[in-house]
Amino acid sequence: MKLFELGERTAQVHDVLVTVAELAERDDARAVLLESADDPTLLKPYLNRLELVVLRFPIFRDGRGFTQARELQEYLRFSGEIRAEGHILPDQAAFLRRCGVDSVVLPKDGNGDPALWEKQLRQFPVAYQRSVLPERSVGPGLRVEEAS
Amino acid sequence: MSAPVGHYQYDRIDRDFLQARIAEFERQVNRRLDGTLSEDEFKPLRLMNGLYLQLHAYMLRVAIPYGILDSRQLRKLGEIARRYDRDYGHFTTRQNIQFNWIRLEDTPAILRELAEVDMHAIQTSGNCIRNVTADEYAGAAADELVDPRVHAEILRQWSTLHPEFTFLPRKFKIAISGSPNDRVAARFHDIGILARPGEDGAPVFRIFVGGGLGRTPVIGQELFDSVREEHLLATLEAILRVYNAHGRRDNIYKARIKILVQAIGVEAYREAVEAELSQMDLERYRLTPEAVAAIRSRFAVPQLEAPADADAVLAQQRRDDPLFDRWVRSNTHVHRDPGHIIATISLKPAGGIPGDATSAQIARLADLADAYSFGEIRITHLQNVVLGHVRKDRLRDLWLGLAEVGLAEANIGLIGDIVACPGLDYCALANARSIPIAQKLGARFADTALQAEIGALRINISGCINACGHHHAGHIGLLGVDKRGEEFFQLTVGGRAENGAAIGTILGAALPEDETVDAIARLVDCYLGRRESGETFLDTLTRLGHEPFREAAYEAV
Repeated sequence: MKLFELGERTAQVHDVLVTVAELAERDDARAVLLESADDPTLLKPYLNRLELVVLRFPIFRDGRGFTQARELQEYLRFSGEIRAEGHILPDQAAFLRRCGVDSVVLPKDGNGDPALWEKQLRQFPVAYQRSVLPERSVGPGLRVEEAS
Repeated sequence: MSAPVGHYQYDRIDRDFLQARIAEFERQVNRRLDGTLSEDEFKPLRLMNGLYLQLHAYMLRVAIPYGILDSRQLRKLGEIARRYDRDYGHFTTRQNIQFNWIRLEDTPAILRELAEVDMHAIQTSGNCIRNVTADEYAGAAADELVDPRVHAEILRQWSTLHPEFTFLPRKFKIAISGSPNDRVAARFHDIGILARPGEDGAPVFRIFVGGGLGRTPVIGQELFDSVREEHLLATLEAILRVYNAHGRRDNIYKARIKILVQAIGVEAYREAVEAELSQMDLERYRLTPEAVAAIRSRFAVPQLEAPADADAVLAQQRRDDPLFDRWVRSNTHVHRDPGHIIATISLKPAGGIPGDATSAQIARLADLADAYSFGEIRITHLQNVVLGHVRKDRLRDLWLGLAEVGLAEANIGLIGDIVACPGLDYCALANARSIPIAQKLGARFADTALQAEIGALRINISGCINACGHHHAGHIGLLGVDKRGEEFFQLTVGGRAENGAAIGTILGAALPEDETVDAIARLVDCYLGRRESGETFLDTLTRLGHEPFREAAYEAV
């Protein structure tokens, strides 16, 4: 498994990764796997001990993971690491990062080339809507860039 | 260059963004060619950039945000039609233009040419927020309360490469109007927005959700009556977030927001949206008056000056020339300035292909826009062209100029003003050819005096149940169906997209093409024979019910 970091946070490897259903039984679990149909609010009772939430994309066209990441960040104020795995494309790198995803498990095929992911992360100098990242305005209007 | 009238003026940062998008797309094409991207992976990526694979060739759909172009942009579209297509383009019901005969390897070059005039194909297809449409008379119509274009531009920007909403369950269409007379089919959109003035000077927005045509036609329901401007983007984010999380992804025919709204009910949908809003950091999503003003400042406003006798000159010219008078009656709309008028140019010549324009016509339209309407052109969702600010005393000169290139057809809103999808001549999904029957109907009712006598009557033609020709919303709708390998058409009546939106009801069994044309002629005869003074086709249909029309349509069958 090769990890790629979308931002500054260093990706952590966890040996134990459980499902949402298993979370209640496993006091030692610090990492949980969220399927795209799972409601992130199910994690509420466990947020204090969780260090990693892995969002699984069954197919890259299934965009529920983007909303899950934002809900974790914006509503649940989850401060641990958020990771995407499964069928994801480098073309989604900036989208994932802007929704609060910190790292990805690189795909094993041609889409797993880290150079592609790196390039896609820096493809667009500005964005036209706010994201979860710290940003400053690049007027006029709605444009923002990342505040470094 | 000074800012264009009617649409947002790009700056260097916007242009850099477009170049970055083109570079990204070119890389995607190359990855497809070298095999690192599978066709299943490439398809959604190319669709998000407007590139379809049709029956015979690639089709590139170019975005015309809120339907507004300047003459420089229109000229470029004409050049692309000439150089890369078969010398024509096709204007669509989402106010876009599509080129039907494109080679994949030419697309990066075409995108670069488009970018030279601040145009692109971003999000004209795919399961994302599509090109935002607006009232074709925006900023010009006398009946308008709020000019919706600044907010349409805000929605265009906000939805462009949205990080959360680019992989939705299905496509997502937004329309916005600022007039009490709905000219955008607000209730047939995933989100329809009607703006009106608020108490503090900023507009407030009435928001409909879950409308749509397609396989399952649904009239949108009101979600909120009065959303404040500062909360417009937050509210849209919340609506989309609920949809993205809960819209069905197991069946593409049940994936639109309308199915979700139907399944849980509009009250539950509203509660879900309010629950999102209550958790969101509204300050982060706030649309500030400063941001609105900054975007507004990048629109040029036309300086409307007309001689005092402009109205009188036009009135005299109408008296002197009955043909011109007929065109003025059908093809113009009242402007907010008494010395000006709104002119709609029909792209529906009798026997022609609805929405098609040759490169020569496109170039002439650009010249006429420069000469008569501040270089501004609007594309309508009924596949026509509008010059929004024509001086009344110069209208006849415009009309004469249009006639030289065959664009002076006097049929706007009349039976010849047919909306049709591309159909089986182009589209891989179609069951029937929409264009030939549109041409036959156009030829049957070619006499503009007869069209004027018949009055307001919209015909919409779709080649399959995906309903791109909006047949459900036609006063008379035609749906192409396949019967054992033959093309038949199912007739519906009573649909409407304007105020009092309604879905048409099926009149009876589907008919072959020629019999369909005859049946429509009999429907029209039935109406002409039984109408009471001042009644439109829809009025008579409402008063008498469907039965007399059903009998008339099928009497000879």
